[in-house]
Amino acid sequence: MIAAHNLFISYRGRNILRNASLEAKPGQVLALVGPSGCGKSSLLAALNRMTDLIPGATVSGQITFGGAPINSVFATRAELCRHVGMIFQKPNPFAMSIRRNIELGLREHGERSRAKLKQITEHVLRDVGLWDEVQHRLDHSALELSGGQQQRLCIARAIALKPQVLLMDEPCSALDPIAAERVEQLIQSMRGQYTIVIVTHNLAQARRLADSIAVFWTREGIGEIVEHGPTETIFETSSSEIVNSYLSGRRG
Amino acid sequence: MTNTSSIKTGSPRSSGHRTREYAAGIFIWFAASVVMAILAWIVVDITVRGLSQISLSYLINNVADAGRSGGIGPVILSTILILLVTLATAVPLSMASAIALTEQVGHDSLLARYIRLSLDVLSGVPSIVFGLFGNVFFTITLGLGYSILSGGLTLGCMVLPILIRTTEQAINSVPVEHRHAAAALGLSRSTTLFRVVLPAAAPALAAGIVISMGRALAETAALIFTAGYVARTPESVFDSGRSLSVHIYDLAMNVPGGGPRAYAAACVLVGMLLVINGATALLLKVAGFRIAPHFGARR
Amino acid sequence: MSRSDLLLKIATRTSAALSATVVLLILGFLFRDAAPALREIGLSRFLTDPSWHPLYGHFNLTPMIVATLATSLGAVILAGPLGIASGVFVHFYAPSALAAWHRRIVELLAGIPSVVFGLWGLTVLAPMIAIWGGSGQNLLTATIVLALMVLPTVAVFADNAVAAVPSESIRGAAALGVERWGIIWNIVLPQARTGIIAGVVLAMTRALGETMAVLMLAGNVVEMPTSLLSPGRTLNANIALELGYASTSHRSVLFVSGLILMLVVSLIVTAISWRRRSGQ
Repeated sequence: MIAAHNLFISYRGRNILRNASLEAKPGQVLALVGPSGCGKSSLLAALNRMTDLIPGATVSGQITFGGAPINSVFATRAELCRHVGMIFQKPNPFAMSIRRNIELGLREHGERSRAKLKQITEHVLRDVGLWDEVQHRLDHSALELSGGQQQRLCIARAIALKPQVLLMDEPCSALDPIAAERVEQLIQSMRGQYTIVIVTHNLAQARRLADSIAVFWTREGIGEIVEHGPTETIFETSSSEIVNSYLSGRRG
Repeated sequence: MTNTSSIKTGSPRSSGHRTREYAAGIFIWFAASVVMAILAWIVVDITVRGLSQISLSYLINNVADAGRSGGIGPVILSTILILLVTLATAVPLSMASAIALTEQVGHDSLLARYIRLSLDVLSGVPSIVFGLFGNVFFTITLGLGYSILSGGLTLGCMVLPILIRTTEQAINSVPVEHRHAAAALGLSRSTTLFRVVLPAAAPALAAGIVISMGRALAETAALIFTAGYVARTPESVFDSGRSLSVHIYDLAMNVPGGGPRAYAAACVLVGMLLVINGATALLLKVAGFRIAPHFGARR
Repeated sequence: MSRSDLLLKIATRTSAALSATVVLLILGFLFRDAAPALREIGLSRFLTDPSWHPLYGHFNLTPMIVATLATSLGAVILAGPLGIASGVFVHFYAPSALAAWHRRIVELLAGIPSVVFGLWGLTVLAPMIAIWGGSGQNLLTATIVLALMVLPTVAVFADNAVAAVPSESIRGAAALGVERWGIIWNIVLPQARTGIIAGVVLAMTRALGETMAVLMLAGNVVEMPTSLLSPGRTLNANIALELGYASTSHRSVLFVSGLILMLVVSLIVTAISWRRRSGQ
């Protein structure tokens, strides 16, 4: 569904990522694993052109969506974001009511009908399992929710736009274990319906969730992908010494 | 929940929002340009009309023909004397007060809150009201008459709030590690203050003093009824004198044909202020502050 | 506590107390010299006397109160949007070098003396406004220049307030495909609202406190202004113009007007202070 080909990323002249290529097939989960500072989050940011907003960031190489280069598929960055959503590590609901959090993106992308807005809001809140918890306080501030609820709200907010792809940057790492598990279960339930690219430090989580993984490492201070393929293949039969050490916990 | 992968490239809302983004961009750029253009206009206007009249003799010579010709020597002297009096009164008082607020009194105690509130109110007092106060208190009650001293003391009251605030910020910006190190060495509070903290805060302190000088230089209404109006050469701080800003006012409003010389004086004044501005920025850079306008601003 | 520490404690606390007393001194002396007018003439006459003619014992302050309010409110109405736009500009529209210059320019603008604004207004702006009639010395000219003078206050507060909006909210909105103005209008400005309002209110107090530029530009007529192009005189300008030759009762009335201004400004400042305290 979405793929990167020979991606090079640098911030203000400092090389972050070198020659990265990977592919997330439709409906599948691709996990990006590796120690900190290997360029995983940077690659994710390049996929929905968040890098455009970082001063001094340069991205070269190609990103394709459904086989075609993203700049020819989507006329604007806003259009791209409608189809490729992003969830951040630290839940970041807007300082508004729960309802407005979800409606803002929809309004900005042209949805005007109040009936449709209400319908979509209920729909996505049910999908993330928040509806029963918040249906009576939709007009209360989203900041009153717990961390785990906030993160599920952010997911709801993103899927309200009906994207094909979801990019998740360590969505569980800032949450307590129980909340993290709920979010992980949510992600599990989304397999097949969305193509998901998830950055995670939690190898067990990657093994549970991902259909394929890409292992990142640094060489000479620049991040690169040392191995990628189906999850079980990598975990069981990788021939790379680095990958084996990392996956078995001996390094990284 | 199914997802069709039909991708529509032109979404229905694009044109409406594109117009909005465009219009907003135009408004913002227009507004910002107006601000920058007006400042440029004023500075250029002053320079063009005033610079040609400025020479060393202009700066030193006496005022002639009610100011229409001659120089501004006595005016500059008066201005400098007034500034010196202002600094002499305000700097020690504000530094001691700021030290009290940062070190001695509890930060949120009732006393501290009252002091800060009174300083906030003081900084909002209209300049002419300072003139009234100075006239009543320094000129009449304390019997100083129209004098440089009266004017300087009045301006001292006026710059007190900003000077205290900047001094506080300067002291608070000294990293707490310095104090820890001093405490670990067993230094007394006063030694820590005078030998460690204040020296470290010195550039920012200086910046605050320089900012206050800029404020004092710009002041007019408070001086007319305290330092006096007549353009004469003061022989001591007990004599009256006319400051640069008052001189500009007189030439612009009360002296027919005083326009050109008013511009010359304005050019000198703005020049002084530009130097002050540059000095502030430099000092703050040395002190490690990033953005000057936030220094001294009420948060 | 060592002897030097004790000395320090005494000296600093005394100084702080002294600094805090200045404002009380001002209030006290203002009251003292305003009292005769308040006693002999009484507050209501300041609003009901036939006109402002001190020589005939007429002390109606209303035309000047109106002029003061008109110029100050007008200045804030003009400076508000410009200042907010300035704050948004440096964070979202300007390339970083231009943003730095813009901030420097705003800072310079803040430092330009009142009389210089007045001089520029007299020579450059008034003739332009005179095209619409009169000498160009009227409330409109004064309001425009006053707006320029208080603009930096709004701009600096807006700058700080916009900077304080958490970047996660902005990134979150960007990831949803919300465009620049959409982010500013829906996310940034609502969250920056408190700081911006504080800036606007402070700008109002500055406008109320301004004397020289308005004196030089508003014309010198003490009559109820009928339109923006009418000349007028503010309370501040009035004090500055008449204090020099005012006799006792006249002088006392001038002190009353000074006192009114100071009380109004003090109330506003105290109100902001309380709101900030309770909001923390």
